Amino acid sequence: MKRILFILLMGVQAVPLGATTISVGKGKTVTAIRAAINKALDGDTLLVYPGIYREKNLIVNKRISLIGINYPVVDGENKYENISIKSPGVLVQGFKVVNSGVSSIEDFAGIKIYNTRDVIIRNNRLENTFFGIYSQYGTNCIIENNEISAHNLEEQQSGNGIHCWKSDSMRIIGNKIRGHRDGIYFEFVTHSLIWRNDSQKNLRYGLHFMFSNHDSYVTNIFRNNGAGVAVMFSHHVKMFNNHFEENWGDASYGILLKEISDSHIENNRFVKNTIGIYMEGVSRLQMKKNSFERNGWAMKIQASCMDITVSSNNFLGNTFDVGTNGSLVLNTFNGNYWDKYEGYDLNRNRIGDIPYRPVSMYSVIVERNPPAMMLFRSFMTSLLDKTEKVLPSLTPENLKDIYPLMKPLRL
Amino acid sequence: MKKVIKYVIIDILRNKIMLGYTLFLFILSMSIFSLEDNAAKGLLGLLNIILIIVPLVSLIFSTIYVYNSAEFIELLVSQPLQRKTIWMSLFTGLASSMMLAFLAGAGIPVLIYQPDATGFMMILIGELLSVIFVAIALLAAVKTRDKAKGIGAAILLWLYFSLLFDGFILFLLFQFSDYPIEKIMVGVSMLNPIDLGRILILLKMDISAMMGYTGAIFKDFFGTGTGMSLSFLVLIVWIVLPLALSVRNFKRKDL
Repeated sequence: MKRILFILLMGVQAVPLGATTISVGKGKTVTAIRAAINKALDGDTLLVYPGIYREKNLIVNKRISLIGINYPVVDGENKYENISIKSPGVLVQGFKVVNSGVSSIEDFAGIKIYNTRDVIIRNNRLENTFFGIYSQYGTNCIIENNEISAHNLEEQQSGNGIHCWKSDSMRIIGNKIRGHRDGIYFEFVTHSLIWRNDSQKNLRYGLHFMFSNHDSYVTNIFRNNGAGVAVMFSHHVKMFNNHFEENWGDASYGILLKEISDSHIENNRFVKNTIGIYMEGVSRLQMKKNSFERNGWAMKIQASCMDITVSSNNFLGNTFDVGTNGSLVLNTFNGNYWDKYEGYDLNRNRIGDIPYRPVSMYSVIVERNPPAMMLFRSFMTSLLDKTEKVLPSLTPENLKDIYPLMKPLRL
Repeated sequence: MKKVIKYVIIDILRNKIMLGYTLFLFILSMSIFSLEDNAAKGLLGLLNIILIIVPLVSLIFSTIYVYNSAEFIELLVSQPLQRKTIWMSLFTGLASSMMLAFLAGAGIPVLIYQPDATGFMMILIGELLSVIFVAIALLAAVKTRDKAKGIGAAILLWLYFSLLFDGFILFLLFQFSDYPIEKIMVGVSMLNPIDLGRILILLKMDISAMMGYTGAIFKDFFGTGTGMSLSFLVLIVWIVLPLALSVRNFKRKDL
C-alpha cells in the first residue's frame, strides 16, 4: 500500500517541478505576450497585466497557463484570429478579446482550439469577434463563464458564439452569449454537456445542434433568438430544466426537433413562443414535466413522428395546444394537464372521466389554410369547434389524452 | 341640443332594460373572472361578450327606442329645432348611455382583474362597437316605417355582422386558398367592424400565435402605428357613415 502511494505521489510531484511564472506588461520582464510564449516552457504560467496587446495572431503551442489580470485587451484589429490554441492542457483565463478578423474563407475566432485536448477557457470577455470560441477536434475541454457578445446585423457577417466541430467530452458551462449568428453551435460533438448558459438575442438560433449524439443540455436560458433552438439529426440527447422564451416569428420555435431519437425532454419551460416544440421525424422521445405557457402552438407534431410519450406536462394559456398535419398518430399523450379541458371527474380520482382532444378543429383548418387565422375566436369558429367536439371529423381520432388531469401539476 | 340630449339620456337611464343590461354585463364579467383560475381564460369569455352581446343589445335596444319615441320625435319636430339637431341628440344620448353601460358593466371588472394592454384594448373596442351599432340601428330604424320590420332588419344585420360575414370569409378563404390572399383579407376585414375589433384584440391576446405565418402579415399591418391608427379610423368611419346616411334619410322623411 505504502509503495503504491509513494509511486502515486511521485507522479503528482513531477508536474510542478521547474514551473515558473512570467509577468507580461508595461515595466515587467516581458512586454509582449508573444515574446513570453516563446520564452516559456511547458507548465509555465504567464501573468498578463492590463493594457492593450496588438500582437496579430497569438499561437499558443506549449502547455502553459495564460492568466489575464483585470482583463488585458487582446485586439485582433479586425484582421487576425486573436488566440489560437494548438497544445493540450492550455488555460486561457481573464482576457478581454476584441475585434477578430472577419472572413468568408477562414473561420476566424476570438479563441480557437485546434486538434487538441484538456484546454480550459475561463472568465473571458469576448466582444465583436467573428466566431467567439471555436473548438475544432477538441477533446475534454472546458469553456466556462465567458461573456460573448457581437453586434452584427446580418447572418453572413457573423459567426457563432461558441462553435464546436468534431469535438468530444466538451463542457460548456455558464457562458453568456448575445448577438451572434448561433449562440452555441454543435456539429459532430459527442458526450458533451451544455450547462447554465444564457443565450439571448442571437440572429439565428440560440442553440444549434446537429449530428451530435449523447449530449445533455441542462438549465440553460434561450430567449428572444431569431429562430429559437434547433436540434437535428442526433440521438440520445437529454434536455433538462431549460427555459425557452419569447422566440417569435414565422419559423421560430422554442425547440425545433428534426430526426431525433431516443431522447428526453424534461422539466423545461416554454413561454410565449410562436411554436413551443416543433417535431419532424422524431422517434422514441420522452417528454415529461414540462410546462407550456402562453405559446401560439404548444407543440406541432408532424405525422412522421412515432413513439413519442407526452406525459405529466402542464399546458396553460396556449392559443393552440397541439397541431399536426395528418391523421396518423403513433404517439401517446396521456396524463397531462390541459387548461382547455372541459370534462368532469365523477369518481374524484383527479383524472378526467372523458378523454381530451388537444387538436382543435380550428388548428387543423389553420394548418391547411393559414390566412384563416384572421377568423380565429369569432362566433363562427367557436361554433365549428363545438360541433367538432361532438362529432370529430377533421381532427385525428386517436390523438387524445385518455387520462387528462383535473388540476395542474406543480412544476 | 344639450337639452334634448339631456332628456334622451335621462329617459334611457330611467329605462329598466338599460339598468338590467349594465347589471347583466357586470355580473357576467365578474363571474367569468372569478370563476376562472387563470385570467387569460376570463378574457376569452369576455371577448365573446364584446363580440356578440354588445352589438346585439346596442342594435336591438336602439331600434326599439327610436320606434317607441316616435311621438316624442314628432313633438320635437314641431318645435323650432333643426331635424339634424334632433337626430344627432338622439344618437348622442343613445351612444353615451350605451357606452356608460358598457364601461360600468364590463369596464370595471376588466380594470380590476386585467388592467393591461389586452384589457384596455378590449374596453376600447367594446365602447367603439357600442357606438357603431347604435349608428347602424338608427339607420335601420329610419329606413323602415314598420316597427316589426325595423326590429327584424336590426336582428338580421346583427346576424350578418357576427355570423354570416365570417361564414362568407371562410368560404372565400377556402375557395382562393391557392392564391396569396392575405393582404386582400386585411382589406376585407375592414368591411366588418366586429372582425376588425376582434383582430385588434387578438393581436394583443394571442400575440405568440399571431407571430406565425399569416399572423405576421396582420401583425405587420395592424401592429404598426399606421395600421393601428388606420383601423381605428375605419372604426370611426363605421360610426360616421351610417350616422350621416341616417341623418340624410331623417331630414327627408315624411313622419
